[in-house]
Amino acid sequence: MKLMLRFMKPYTARIIITVILKFLAVISELFIPYTLEYVIDDIAPTKNMKLVALYGIVMVVFAVLGLFFNVMGNRMATYTSKNAIRNVRSELFEKTMFLGGEEFDRASLPSVISRMTSDSYNVQSFLGIVQRMGVRAPIMLLGGIIIAGRMDISLTLVLLCMIPVLAFIIIFISKKGIPMFRKVQGMLDGIVCIMRENISGVRVIRALSKHYYEKDRFEKQSDALAESDIKAGMVMALPNPVMTLFLNTGLTLIILIGAYRVNSGVMKTGVILAFLTYFNMIMQAVMGINRIFILYSKAGASADRIDDLLSIKNSVEDLPEDANDGTDSSKNDGSDYAIIFDKVSIDKMGLKDISFKVKKGQSLGIIGSTGCGKTTILNLLLRFYDPDSGTISIDGKPVKYYSRKALRQKFGVVFQNDIIFNDTIYENIDFGRNLDKKDIEKGAQNAEIADYIEGLPDKYQHILAIKGMNLSGGQRQRMLVARALAGGSEIIILDDSSSALDYRTDARLRENLKKNYPHVTNVMIAQRVSSVRDMNSIIVMDKGRIIGYGDHESLMENCETYRETYNMQMGEEMCNAANQ
Amino acid sequence: MPPISSKTDRPKDKKGAMVRLTSYIIKYRVYLFAAVILGTAGNVAALVGPMIAGKAIDVISAGKGNVNFNKVMFYVVCLFIFYIISSVMTYILSTIMIKLGRKVANDMRKEVFAKLLKLPVSYFDNNQTGDIISRVSYDIDVINTSVSADVTQLITSIITIVGSFIMMFVISRKLIVVQLITLPASILYTRYMTKRTRPLFSARSKKYGQMNGFTEEMFTGQKTIAAYAKEDVMIKRFEKYNEAAADGYYNADYYGTIIGPSIGFINNFSLALIGVFGSLLYIACKGSLGQISSFILYSRKFSGPVNEVANMYNEILSALAAAERVFRLLDEEEETPDGREAKVLKEVKGEVLFENVTFGYEENETVINDFSLTVKPGKVVAIVGATGAGKTTLINLLMRFYDVDGGSIKIDGTDIREYTRDSLRNAFTMVLQDTWVFGGTIRENLVYGNENVTDDMLKEAVKACNLEYYINNMPEGYDTLIREGGNNISKGQKQLLTIARAMLINKHMLILDEATSNVDTRTEKEIENAMLKLMENKTCFVIAHRLSTIENADVILVLKDGVISEQGTHRELLEKGGMYYNMYISQYR
Repeated sequence: MKLMLRFMKPYTARIIITVILKFLAVISELFIPYTLEYVIDDIAPTKNMKLVALYGIVMVVFAVLGLFFNVMGNRMATYTSKNAIRNVRSELFEKTMFLGGEEFDRASLPSVISRMTSDSYNVQSFLGIVQRMGVRAPIMLLGGIIIAGRMDISLTLVLLCMIPVLAFIIIFISKKGIPMFRKVQGMLDGIVCIMRENISGVRVIRALSKHYYEKDRFEKQSDALAESDIKAGMVMALPNPVMTLFLNTGLTLIILIGAYRVNSGVMKTGVILAFLTYFNMIMQAVMGINRIFILYSKAGASADRIDDLLSIKNSVEDLPEDANDGTDSSKNDGSDYAIIFDKVSIDKMGLKDISFKVKKGQSLGIIGSTGCGKTTILNLLLRFYDPDSGTISIDGKPVKYYSRKALRQKFGVVFQNDIIFNDTIYENIDFGRNLDKKDIEKGAQNAEIADYIEGLPDKYQHILAIKGMNLSGGQRQRMLVARALAGGSEIIILDDSSSALDYRTDARLRENLKKNYPHVTNVMIAQRVSSVRDMNSIIVMDKGRIIGYGDHESLMENCETYRETYNMQMGEEMCNAANQ
Repeated sequence: MPPISSKTDRPKDKKGAMVRLTSYIIKYRVYLFAAVILGTAGNVAALVGPMIAGKAIDVISAGKGNVNFNKVMFYVVCLFIFYIISSVMTYILSTIMIKLGRKVANDMRKEVFAKLLKLPVSYFDNNQTGDIISRVSYDIDVINTSVSADVTQLITSIITIVGSFIMMFVISRKLIVVQLITLPASILYTRYMTKRTRPLFSARSKKYGQMNGFTEEMFTGQKTIAAYAKEDVMIKRFEKYNEAAADGYYNADYYGTIIGPSIGFINNFSLALIGVFGSLLYIACKGSLGQISSFILYSRKFSGPVNEVANMYNEILSALAAAERVFRLLDEEEETPDGREAKVLKEVKGEVLFENVTFGYEENETVINDFSLTVKPGKVVAIVGATGAGKTTLINLLMRFYDVDGGSIKIDGTDIREYTRDSLRNAFTMVLQDTWVFGGTIRENLVYGNENVTDDMLKEAVKACNLEYYINNMPEGYDTLIREGGNNISKGQKQLLTIARAMLINKHMLILDEATSNVDTRTEKEIENAMLKLMENKTCFVIAHRLSTIENADVILVLKDGVISEQGTHRELLEKGGMYYNMYISQYR
C-alpha cells in the first residue's frame, strides 16, 4: 500500500480533479432517476406537456453531463495510473540494474522478471479501477446513510452499528488475502523459471527426449499455481455473501423494529418502505467497496513484492562523496601498481589469503583447475562482492573508495558466460558507450573478428540474433573481446574468453593485445598454459589459494602443479616434434 | 537466421479469438451450466426477496396497535432463511466462476508449454525469451482475471437483461419502442468502437511483449552491464520501451474508457425518453401511472447490467488481445510432424552417411556446401576448423534441430527424416559447449537423462569426472540446489557435470561439441580415461579446438566455409602439411 501511495503522490492534483469529476458524474447520473420520479409523481398528473418536455430536456442535459464528466474522469484516471505504473517499472528496472552480485543472485532472475511483468500489471489494473470505481461507491454509501438518517434515526442506528462490523470483515479478509496472493505470485516465479530453463536448454531437452518429464514438471507447477490461486479466490469470494447476509439480517431487523414502532404509532409504514429502498442502495455501495478491497489484496501482494525488491540494500555500496579515500591525495594515481590484492579472503566464495600485485601496463595470467576461484578474483576486482578481509587497490586506491562507475570505467571485461544482445554488431561492441567508429573497428580488428564482419553484406549494421545464436562459439567470444578492447580501458580482463577459439586465432589475439595495447594492464584467466606463459607474472590457484606466483620460468622451477600442467601440454608438443 | 520474425501484427478477426476463447470455457460446460442455473436462481431471488418484505410490510400497514406480530415474525423468519440461501448460492456461484477462470488459465498455460516443446529449435533462436514468457506470465493472467470476473457478470447480466426485457414487453408494448431505438444504438455503437479500439488493445499487448523481451535480455546480461557501468544507458533504452508500453496502455484505455460512460449515456437517455413518453402516454390516456412506474422500474433494472457490461468492456478487449497473442503462439508452425510411416530407430548400429548436404540458416547464405561423408559404426570422427566454419551446424542437422536444405543424412541406411524425431535423438548422447543445468539439486541434474541410475553408478561417474571434491564440499552434497547463473557452480564444473550426465546415459552414438572447452588441462587429463570409456563402441562426433582430444580419432575433418578441405588421420594430415598442420603447430607457439 505504501508503495502505491508513494507512486500516486506526484499526481495528487490530478487525482483530486479525477475524484471531483467522478463525483460530479455520479451526482449528474443520480439526478436522472430523481427527476424521473418527480416527473412521474408530480408533473405527469398535472398533465402539463410543456413541463414534461422541459424536464425531459433537463434529464438529457444531466445525461450529457454524466457522460462528459465520466469520460474526463476516466481519462484522468488512466493518465495517472499510466504514469504511476511507468514510474514503478522504471524504478524496478533501475534497481535491478544496480543490484549487487550477491543481491541479484538471491533475488533470482525469474522472480525479478515476474515482478516486472505480472506484479506491475496487477498494481496497474488496481490503480485504474480504484480511481474509476472508487468514487461512486463511497458517495452512494454516504448519501444512503444521510438520507436514511434524516428519515428515522433509530433505524439508521441499526445500520450504523453494522458498518464497523462490515469494515472489519472487509479489512480482515483482504489482509488474509495478501499472503495468499503472495504465494500465488511466488508460484508464478516457478512457472517463469521452468519456461526460461526450457527455452535456454531446448537442445539438451530435445536431445534427451525429456519433453514428457519437462511437461510433467511444468504441469505440476501450473496445477499448484492454479490450486493456490483457487484457494485465494475462494477466501476472497467470502466477504461478498457474508456481508450481504449481514446486511440482509439488518434489513429483517429493521422490518421487525419497524413493526414495533408502527404498532406503537411512532412511525409510518411508508418510512419502512423507503428505508428498504435506500438500504438496497447502501448494500450496493458496500459491495462496490468490497470489490475494490478484493482487488486490493491481489494488488497489495504484488506491490509488496515490488517493494521488497526496491528496498533491497546492496551490501556493496558507494561511499559518500566526501569520504576520505584512505590515501594521501598527492600520492593518488601515482602508484605504479594497477592492481594490488593484499591478503584478501572471502569466506563464502572459498577464497583465502590472496596477495599479488600487477604493475601498470603489465600482464597477469591466472591459471588453475576448474572451480578454484579464478573468477572470484574478477568479481572482487569489479566489486560485485566485497571481501571479508584484506584490501584490493586499483591505482593505489582501495576499490571501496571508488564510485562504482569510476571503478568500472577502468575495466574492459569479458565474462565466461557473457551475453550478446539482439542488436547490431556495432551496438554490441559499442555497448552504449558512444565510442568512435574508429575505436570500434580497431577493437574488432584486434579481436580478430573484423574480417568476419567486413564479409557480411551489412557489415557492422548486421543484426545479431538473440544471445548471438547466429554466431559460432568462437565468433561470439571474439565479438565480446572486441567489446572489451574498443573502450580504451586501462585494464582488460578476459575470463576464459578464448576457450572456443582455435589456437591460431587465440595466439594472434594475444599478440595483438601485446603489440597494440602496450599501456593496458592485462589480466587473462585461462586454462591453457600457452595462453598465459608469456605474461609478466602468473598466479597458479588451487582450492581458493595461491599455490604459485611468478613468471613462467620461476614457476617451472618452483611450482609443481604448474610444471605438471605444462609438461602435460608440452608432452604433446614433443609428440608433435617426433611426428615431424 | 533472420532477426526477430517481423510478423505482420494486423489484428486477427475478433471472432477468431472470441470463438477460440469460448471453446476453452465450453470445456467446463458443467461449471457454466451450474453458473447459469445459480445465476437465474439468484435473479429470481432478487425478485422474491422484496416480495416477502412487501408482504411483511402489508401486515405492518395495519397501523398502530393492529400489527399481527406472529405474521410479521413468520415473514421475517422466511426472509432470513431466504437470505441465507441466497448468500450460499452467491458464494457457490462465485467459487464456480473462480475455478472456471483458473482452470481455463491452467489449460492454456499447459497448452502453451506443450506447444513450446513442439516448436522447432529455430523459434527459440529467433524470439525473445522474455516475450515468450510474457504470454504466460502476463497474457494468460489477463485472460484468467477476465474469465473469472467478467463471465460471471456477463451471465447474470444477460439473464437480467432478458428477464427485464420480457417484463417490459408484458407491461407496455408502446414504451418498448424506446428500447427498440436505444438498444440497437448501443449495439451499433459498441461494434463501431470495438473496431476502432481493438487494434489499440492488440498494440498494447504487443508493446508489453516487446518491453518484457527487452527486460529479460537486460536482466540476463545484468552483470555485463554492471561491469561496463552502462546501467544508465540501458535504463534510458528501457525508458523507450516502458514509455511505449505505457502509451499503448493509455491509448487503448483512452478510447476504451469512453465506451462504458457512452453506453451509460445511451441508457440514461432512454430513461429520460421513457419518462417523457410515459408521461405523454399517460396524458394522452394511453396508460396508467402504475404501469409507467413499473416499466421504469424494470428499465432501470435493465440498464443496470447493460452498464456493468459496458464498464467491463475494456477488460474484455484486453483479454481478447491477450488471447490473440496466446493463440498466435499456439498457431506457430511446429517441427514438421513425424510422417505417418516414420520408423522408430532402434537397435542402432551407428552408421552415418552425409550425402551432398547443403544448408543455410538464412536463405541466401549457405553454411554447409555439398558436404558428403561416410562414418562406419563405432568410428570416431573429429571435426576441426576455424570458428564459424559450420561445425556446430553439422550437429544441428544430425540431431534434426534444423533440417537440411539439400542432400540427405542417413543413419543405418535410412534418411533421418524417415525416423521419428524422438527415436533419432534418443540414439545420441550429447555434450554441448553451451552447458545447461536447471534449477534443482546436483543429483537431479546428474540423473536428468536416465533416472534409473543406482547410487554406485552415480558415484562412479562423479568420480570419473573429478567432481567428487566439489560435491563433497557443497553444504548439502548431492542435494545442494544449483541453478543457471547461480554462483555456486562455475562453467567448467557445469561442463564436468554435463559429462557425468552423459556417462550415465548409454547410447550408440555420441556427440561432443567442445565438451571440455571450459575444463582446465589438468582436469581434462584426469578425466581422459573416463572420456575414452564414454566413447567406447560408439560412433562419435567430436568437435574440439584442443587438438590433443582428437588425435586418436579415426578420421579428422578439417572444415572450411562449410566444405571439407582436408580429411584423414592425425598422422596423415600432419604429413600433408596443410591447414591442419598449421593449426596443430600454432597451438604450442
